[in-house]
Amino acid sequence: MDDLMNMQGQGHVRLGSSAGQALTRRDGMLKVTGAATYAADNRPDGLLHAVLATAGIAKGRVTHLDVAAAEAHPGVVKVYTPANAPRTALSPDEKIHPFVWRMETLTDDSVRYAGQPIALVLAETLEAAAEGARLLAPRYEAEVPRVTLDDAEPFETDTTAFGRPAGHASGDVDAARSGAARHVTATVETSQQYHNAIEPHAITARWDGDRLEIDTPNQAIGLSKQTFAAFLGIDPSQILLRSPFLGGGFGSKAILYGGQLLAILAARDLGRPVKLVLRRDQMYGPVGHRAPTRQSLQIDLDAEGNIAALEHDTVTLTSTFDQFLESASNASHSLYAAPNLRTSHHGRRADVGTPGPMRAPGEAPGSAALEIAMDAAAQAAGMDPLEFRLKNYAETDPSTGMAFSSKGLRDCYTEAAKLFGWAERSAAPRSMRQGRLLKGWGMGTAQFPCPMFQAAAHATLRADGTAVIETSAADMGQGAWTALAQIAADGLGIDIDKVEFRSGHSDLPDAGVAGGSGHTATAGTALFNAGADAVRQLAELATNDPASPLFGAGNAGVTARSGRLYRNDDERSEPYEDILARAGLDLVRGEGKGAREGEPDRAMFSHGAVFAEVLVDPDLGQVRVSRLIGAFAAGRIVNPRLARSQLLGGMIWGIGMALQEEAVHDRRSGRLTNADLAGYHVPVNADVPMIEALTVHEDDPYVNALGIKGVGEIGVTGTVGAIGNAVWHATGIQPTRLPIHPESLI
Amino acid sequence: MNRFDYVRAETLGAAIGAEGALLAGGTNLLDLMKIGVATPDRLIDISRLPLDRIEQSGGGLRIGAMVRNAEIARDPQVLARYPALAEALLSGASAQLRNAATTGGNVMQATRCSYFQDPLSPCNRREPGSGCGALGGATRNHAVLGWTEGCIAVHPSDMCVALAAYDAVVEITGPGGLREVAMEEFHPLPDADGAGKPPLMPGEIITHIRLPDPGALARNARYVKLRERTSFAFAIVSAAAALAIEDGVITEARLALGGVAARPWRCRKAEEALKGQPASAESFARAAELATEGARPSGDNAAKTPLAQRIALRALERAAAGTPERLPALPASVFAGDDNG
Ligand SMILES: Cc1cc2nc3c(=O)[nH]c(=O)nc-3n(C[C@H](O)[C@H](O)[C@H](O)COP(=O)(O)OP(=O)(O)OC[C@H]3O[C@@H](n4cnc5c(N)ncnc54)[C@H](O)[C@@H]3O)c2cc1C
Ligand code: SF4
Repeated sequence: MDDLMNMQGQGHVRLGSSAGQALTRRDGMLKVTGAATYAADNRPDGLLHAVLATAGIAKGRVTHLDVAAAEAHPGVVKVYTPANAPRTALSPDEKIHPFVWRMETLTDDSVRYAGQPIALVLAETLEAAAEGARLLAPRYEAEVPRVTLDDAEPFETDTTAFGRPAGHASGDVDAARSGAARHVTATVETSQQYHNAIEPHAITARWDGDRLEIDTPNQAIGLSKQTFAAFLGIDPSQILLRSPFLGGGFGSKAILYGGQLLAILAARDLGRPVKLVLRRDQMYGPVGHRAPTRQSLQIDLDAEGNIAALEHDTVTLTSTFDQFLESASNASHSLYAAPNLRTSHHGRRADVGTPGPMRAPGEAPGSAALEIAMDAAAQAAGMDPLEFRLKNYAETDPSTGMAFSSKGLRDCYTEAAKLFGWAERSAAPRSMRQGRLLKGWGMGTAQFPCPMFQAAAHATLRADGTAVIETSAADMGQGAWTALAQIAADGLGIDIDKVEFRSGHSDLPDAGVAGGSGHTATAGTALFNAGADAVRQLAELATNDPASPLFGAGNAGVTARSGRLYRNDDERSEPYEDILARAGLDLVRGEGKGAREGEPDRAMFSHGAVFAEVLVDPDLGQVRVSRLIGAFAAGRIVNPRLARSQLLGGMIWGIGMALQEEAVHDRRSGRLTNADLAGYHVPVNADVPMIEALTVHEDDPYVNALGIKGVGEIGVTGTVGAIGNAVWHATGIQPTRLPIHPESLI
Repeated sequence: MNRFDYVRAETLGAAIGAEGALLAGGTNLLDLMKIGVATPDRLIDISRLPLDRIEQSGGGLRIGAMVRNAEIARDPQVLARYPALAEALLSGASAQLRNAATTGGNVMQATRCSYFQDPLSPCNRREPGSGCGALGGATRNHAVLGWTEGCIAVHPSDMCVALAAYDAVVEITGPGGLREVAMEEFHPLPDADGAGKPPLMPGEIITHIRLPDPGALARNARYVKLRERTSFAFAIVSAAAALAIEDGVITEARLALGGVAARPWRCRKAEEALKGQPASAESFARAAELATEGARPSGDNAAKTPLAQRIALRALERAAAGTPERLPALPASVFAGDDNG
């Protein structure tokens, strides 16, 4: 297993000694000693505390707020309501780019979802602001809300999340279906889920004349600076946005929300710094969620068990004022060899906050449903689930016909199945036991795209042989502080201990979004290129300097390693310090970009195979995941320790999605009934008895020059279906609703 | 949070009759204050009262109201003689909460009914006469026994279920002196119009919980708790069972259910039916069926009745198999039995 963990895939760039090492987190000591400052830790002088008042109805109008009572409360400084709230420069509904949701900034008295901000109270203390908000005692004119898939208003749309097409068709599904030997259908519903980052959304805003300083956890520092500037009507150069550490984001901190703007506007209006931290219950409203889905799949098989046609339809919810549709059906586009393929999405509008990207958006629920449908099809074909998936292995992307840039999925199946012991599985449901418990084995295929965004970076080599690297990366806990520094060190050809990393604020070159599992690839490429650019400049100095041992090595070239340049044509070398000293330079500064050039002509995905064992009490229906093993092919692994942690985290997320996570609405009021961490369950350690994530070797020369894919989200995919299928195998009951409740198994 | 005064009661005398809300470990009361469900003008901190000991008493134990949940669970006497109590406690909340939570606070903890916790919903328990917001709502976790349209909430405590099975008695002191109530009856059931009268009169304080000598029940006692999350979750349903078995015959039986009613639910009929019967699967199955006599769903929780019967059966079977030498690593878990290989 260790050998597998340490095998490194490569792109066509040869990295040095840093990438690939299982370094511990460079920011670990800061975090365990509490020295790492999160946004809410900032306490500038003169700070005012802000608390949002949020709507207690899901639809209607605020008819009265007792502003006088709130303002009379000792310590309360100001109450903003639609009557007096400072205005943004743009309309709250302006979409300046595809990642802008309505900015709820108290522009009118209407209520569109429970938990919507309806007022902001500023006070000298947090306690006073909280009490002020309570004293507002809003009164409403309430209308009957619609909050579930059953009640919501259908609408047709051409696009799903991120502006992707809502439907796809390749081949001729209807013709293939009529000629098929077997028809398998499956429906799976998934629940509404919340990100539940442990760090609540927070902002500390301070104006210094025209200059605005913002501390807020953010997954897309550059883009957010632009967005803030646009809504504030100021120039982006006036803003400094700091986000050195995020206590979890999972997508929710990639999207700005109106509360942040209100805090900034209040700080300007009142001439004092303002801090706004959401209460835990306020994390279940204005800052996004994953919408519930109702998915229907049909898999048509020929007599040999080949997929003749695959159809995947999703019905999902969005808010009444914005559109973000969980693109679950897209999970079927590129995974199995379906010569005839049709996918679709149907929207419904409900009185809920706008959903948003949440770890593996679309892929997570889509993969869950697809994998359950695949087991249904395997059963119909009379085949073992793994054998069936191998039989329908896609050699090219079925939706586009493109070749894969790399696809180590076969190795994933082999390695994970071997470690799991899958060959010992007995086919019939309810045929395996452990004592009185039913035992079930299930599997699922994991897949996640490998996007790249736009990033820029600087890398500066200094006269003393150390370096500074700069890019505004976001570390949500995934380890950007460490993994990116490793890549940069190799680009610079120096030891990582000599690298100072400046990151996490907006005065640095933009590192792009930390999302879509593309941050390491994108920001890493920029940093590597910046380092290589600095080294190139050094090499030019040295090879043109007659006093250098490298003089004239230009034709054969030089190699950078451990802070020295080596001739390729003989043994001679020279340290960076000497080159700079002779040139009389304090530093050389390299610049680099990270992006994918042109439209890709290959399909680019990470893959994986997840095998789950569950125990189910046959009388009580309680499920325990007793073993969970995944193997992943994710290109070059920059840091095996961090990658494993990401993959395990994704898989544990899958346990939650399969068995626990679910927001429960009161359908009459439209309010959630479990908007806290006691009521909304995510897995605890005791739910994760034995778990392992392997990585298999994968060499991808196409995905980017460094061969890096991504590991942040793929662990969720495959896992949920594997657990669902294991429960099915254990009990004989096909899951149709996630999370699977004990009641559904007795 | 509203503004409130804070006073610390240094003596029991200072706490009795004091006006305000008693603050013990604060793990429940402070949460309720933060969400605006409890709005006391005055907090009386009783956490330092000298009621923090577990003493021998007439063959049984007397547990002070300030003893922390964690301390009870690791007390050698409790582990040896009342193992189902230790198991129940360890199955509740988290280690951090158990270190802070007190005996008295655990008994007095509020229901987790989400409508009770939501000041915008009507709730007869929070605001008598306002109606029951849960009726007709999301009621998967609500009562199947002893409920009325006035209130369908369940009492969330694990500890109290085991205490009820052990015939524990609550010692209460108030302005009017001492009184005692059986744990089993301490939490009033709802009446036709509401949640029923409060368990304590104003100014009263719980000082101790008394546990009688368990006798032969010590050897065969277990607590089992059904939940979707293996730890840090309240019971969907739970059961405490204790048996005295002589030569394969049950001479005494105790059975109480959690998660089904506004109080820990002692199953007297089932206990009667077990007495004198062989400690056999048939006896337990019959008893389990009797355990939920009178149960009916209060909403979308019809599954609770069969689940309660089955958890009762499991607790009886485990109790009959004998209390294990050490409590399992996952206390009270369905998966912590010797019965599953
Ligand atoms: C996230 C979470 C999960 C939990 N999970 C579980 C679980 O699985 N199982 C479980 O059983 N419990 C669980 N609990 C509840 C926990 O057991 C209670 O919060 C705790 O026992 C309360 O004790 P305390 O001393 O902190 O009480 P406090 O919060 O101090 O007081 C609670 C109430 O009791 C009153 N009170 C306290 N002491 C006395 C006294 N001596 N006389 C009269 N009145 C008194 C107070 O006035 C108040 O009304 C959980 C709690 C949380 C927050
Ligand atoms: S069930 Fe009881 S506690 Fe819950 S809302 Fe109704 S009256 Fe209140």
